[in-house]
Amino acid sequence: MGSNMAECHPVAFRWPLKARTEHDAVLMHVDPRFTRTSAACDLHVPIRAGSDIAFLGAIINHVINSKRWNEDPFFREYVVNYTNAATLVNPEYKDTEELGGVFSGLAPNGKSYANASWSYQRNPAPPKGKAGLGPFSDLLLQQVPGRPKTDPTLEDPQCVFQIIKKHFARYTPDLVGRVCGCTPEQFLKVADTMLNNSGRDKTSNITYAVGWTQHTVGVQIIRAAAMLQALLGNIGRPGGGVLALRGHATIQGSTDIATLYHSLPAYLNMPDGRKNHETLKDFILTEGGPAATSYWGNYPKFAVSYFKAQYGAAATAENDYGYNYHPRITGDHSHMPMMLDMAAGKIKGFFVMGQNPAVGGQNARLQRKALAKLDWMVVRDYFETETAAFWRNSPEVISGELKPAEIKTEVFFLPAAAVAEMEGSFTNTQRLLQQHDKAADPPGDARSDSWFTYRLGKLLKEMYRDSPLDIDWGVKNLAWDYDPEAKEVAPWRIKDEPSAYRVLKEINGYTVADQKPLPTFANLKEDGSTACGAWIYTGVIPEEGKNNAARRKPDDWISPNWGFAWPANRHIMYNRASADREGKPWSEAKKLIYWDPAADSGTKDPAGNPVKGKWVAPSGEGIDFQPTKAPGFIGKDAALGFDWLSGNDAFIMRPDGKASLFVPAGLVDGPLPTHYEPYESPVKNPVYQQQVNPVAKVWQVNGNSYHAVADPKFPIVVSTYRVTEHHLSGTMSRWLPWLAELMPELFCEISPELAAEKGIKNAEYVTIQTARGEIQARALVTRRMKPFTIDGRKVHEIGIPWHWGWQGNAAGDVANDLSAMVGDPNVSIHEGKVFTCDIRAGRKGGRI
Amino acid sequence: MKLSRRKFLKVTSGVVGGGVAAELGLLGVNTAAAAAKAGKVPIKTGRQVPSICPYCAVGCGQIVTVSDAGEIVDIQGNPDSPISQGTLCPKGAATFQLVKNEQRWTTVKYRAPGSDRWEEKPLDWAMHRIAELTKKTRDAHFNEFQELPDGKDGTVKKRVMNTYALASLGGATMDNEWNYLHQKLMHGLGVVYLENQARI
Repeated sequence: MGSNMAECHPVAFRWPLKARTEHDAVLMHVDPRFTRTSAACDLHVPIRAGSDIAFLGAIINHVINSKRWNEDPFFREYVVNYTNAATLVNPEYKDTEELGGVFSGLAPNGKSYANASWSYQRNPAPPKGKAGLGPFSDLLLQQVPGRPKTDPTLEDPQCVFQIIKKHFARYTPDLVGRVCGCTPEQFLKVADTMLNNSGRDKTSNITYAVGWTQHTVGVQIIRAAAMLQALLGNIGRPGGGVLALRGHATIQGSTDIATLYHSLPAYLNMPDGRKNHETLKDFILTEGGPAATSYWGNYPKFAVSYFKAQYGAAATAENDYGYNYHPRITGDHSHMPMMLDMAAGKIKGFFVMGQNPAVGGQNARLQRKALAKLDWMVVRDYFETETAAFWRNSPEVISGELKPAEIKTEVFFLPAAAVAEMEGSFTNTQRLLQQHDKAADPPGDARSDSWFTYRLGKLLKEMYRDSPLDIDWGVKNLAWDYDPEAKEVAPWRIKDEPSAYRVLKEINGYTVADQKPLPTFANLKEDGSTACGAWIYTGVIPEEGKNNAARRKPDDWISPNWGFAWPANRHIMYNRASADREGKPWSEAKKLIYWDPAADSGTKDPAGNPVKGKWVAPSGEGIDFQPTKAPGFIGKDAALGFDWLSGNDAFIMRPDGKASLFVPAGLVDGPLPTHYEPYESPVKNPVYQQQVNPVAKVWQVNGNSYHAVADPKFPIVVSTYRVTEHHLSGTMSRWLPWLAELMPELFCEISPELAAEKGIKNAEYVTIQTARGEIQARALVTRRMKPFTIDGRKVHEIGIPWHWGWQGNAAGDVANDLSAMVGDPNVSIHEGKVFTCDIRAGRKGGRI
Repeated sequence: MKLSRRKFLKVTSGVVGGGVAAELGLLGVNTAAAAAKAGKVPIKTGRQVPSICPYCAVGCGQIVTVSDAGEIVDIQGNPDSPISQGTLCPKGAATFQLVKNEQRWTTVKYRAPGSDRWEEKPLDWAMHRIAELTKKTRDAHFNEFQELPDGKDGTVKKRVMNTYALASLGGATMDNEWNYLHQKLMHGLGVVYLENQARI
């Protein structure tokens, strides 16, 4: 669901196809369009864009009320032990069933939630003695709450399981028919296939892509899938899971080592002026406290080691490791508000590296016009992208709306090296780090991206070298020495490339005293004796001179000696759940890791006798659990991290060790997925009185107008998407003659029914219009698209790929000129997968 | 760049070869004829350098072939990769044209404020100019403290150590090592508008 895998991730799609041909796997595709993926699946079920939660919620409802799920003890054992189904929730909690589609805690203005009523019921906090764990950890320990109360019979009306049962009771096959537009029979086929192919001997997988993220309820769609998989016992087991198919070579790496406003590397939160983050202690207690009973109990070690990597010798215990000099965020500084602030003249200087917002950004017209408000902009890329050329020949310049003479932006284009022309690593969508070697120098003045940032940093550090000012301390003291050894650059013309190895070693972490790489994150300290850029990558350089990302020894299953999967070469996260409560594999067919009671643990008891028993993985898979913790171990109440977690707490990054069917804290739009209509929709919400996600991110500003619900001017649903021959905004594909010729022109997929209504003929031009903009495209009239009947009304849907712009060998209008800036409240991702529009025959300006 | 159909076909046939054939095999298409033809396509020889596909996040293995003169002459799928087993999609199979492309810019281009044209500039000049602009913009718009909501309808002066005048966009197509260096430098400077494609 939410993915056209055959088209967008074709090489990965070989594996489900192989499972189908060699192991009789059933492939099902639930998607608004019939695509190349649908063609290769056993079943395609068309659903209206934006109705995914209704569909998934109904599967959850179907599963937990089914005979199989209630009678096969596997499901009960998995769910009671590994999820929070048994946990009791605060009696103050009120569900959408009681409040017309919203949860308790909604502010009077309806724009934000307070989550106190979503909390767990807990036992009294345990008494804590003097621990001697470390300066920050001792304080963290004082915050550890009592254990959550549970009812393992799942009967208590306040237990998570009963709350879920009530919450999804109205998500019936008939409701799916009304909301999604498929038949109840089609839905039941999918639900039963999932159910019957999950259990002790079989697992089912759900794979998605941006078809799920690009919604105002994106996070909750993925949550719904994760809940279903947890209820079916499909998490932490081979063949199970919820897999994200991501779209750039290291989009995973750039999320892990975040070039994102809200996150420090390795999922530490960014210091925030709005929170209690005054000192490093405040920061650690605020951010580490809520999850201190999970592996996040090591937050002090991760944080201190990050600041040691950032400021090197200048970071000391006395100056809070430089924390005072680190920037704080003060709001949502993500892509869309960034461009709006740019349009308002707040941003003066802009680095755009390997991205093309003039085409790829939502409401791209507004984003292009924002570039004209800058004082200066640096673009690094291979070709003259639309972003680089906005001042010269953008649609706004051609129309006369912008005049080059009046655009004051000083623009630099710096040519970039290709991947084959530099050494470095990418992290793929499976969290696997893979090294690429340098094959040749880049041509002319083209340089690697790292060269640019390293050189810029050196120049700036030189400028700030003698500054006595507090505000310059952070840049002046930035640890910035990645000069290569002579042998690293000996074969090359360019001698001042930074050493990729030295950078990766700092990411991995090392002991400050002897500069030796750390083999595991268990070696990190909170006293400043270790430096580590991103703790989740520790182990990629386990010893000096050894790079696990460059391992290239494949095998026929997990391939533990090919690259390096973070964390600690664990390919399937939470894989403790691949064994039952006692640590035995659920079945021979699905064996992955298990407890071997006879194996030598390598440890000794207080009397000096060897201790028997440890977790083993014959495949070489990394064990995502404490290696010698027995399945029956009972965690200590007054403890942090692993010491708090018990032997059946498989979900070691969760504060209760359990998969969160219900999320007491961490989401801003409710503890459970709920069907809301897309922000722009042709129908009223058939499920609740509440129309849209009440806390969705909305920007009511000039140039970003929204369409009303069931707006007669914009009655048609539109989705944007990709084709296999192009890559995203096209900067890496539209300039390549092979790819440009394979897919030369923008088109719009239209059902024969809509074409007949509008007098549109195949291959002729159509014009698509929204309140944001207007584009033209060739009509592709096809039975792959079909109208839906939603709540008794006919709803047309069209589809437009978004790869084109006015530059390159294959040029076309910018599909994102149509879309609006509106976003998911948790992560600020836009709703490009569904909005409304109108369409007519003929070109823009009335030409045929 | 003008490309004749003949030239297009000539170059295409050399690249698609085994990858597509292997994929179609799984779709139930008889690929024997294509495989036989692929076997006759001359394979470029040279030093083989292991690499990773620059396009999506599947992470297919590539082998970059380098001639004795140090030129990249071919980029193909890496049969050792347990992810891709030698196959590539149309984009991955076209990677060679991303590297060797007449339209690729290899010098610094500069557009002065209000100008209607690009000028060519030395790399070193551009780096110094960009560093100066970065410092000037940062210093003119740096916030040590800021009044922020105190949660009780008032405001409170908080230390923020940031600048809202600089922004950075991009990163998902660049190395992990770059992402690390760049976030480090941006955080060193106080930049908070730091974003990449993970948001789209």
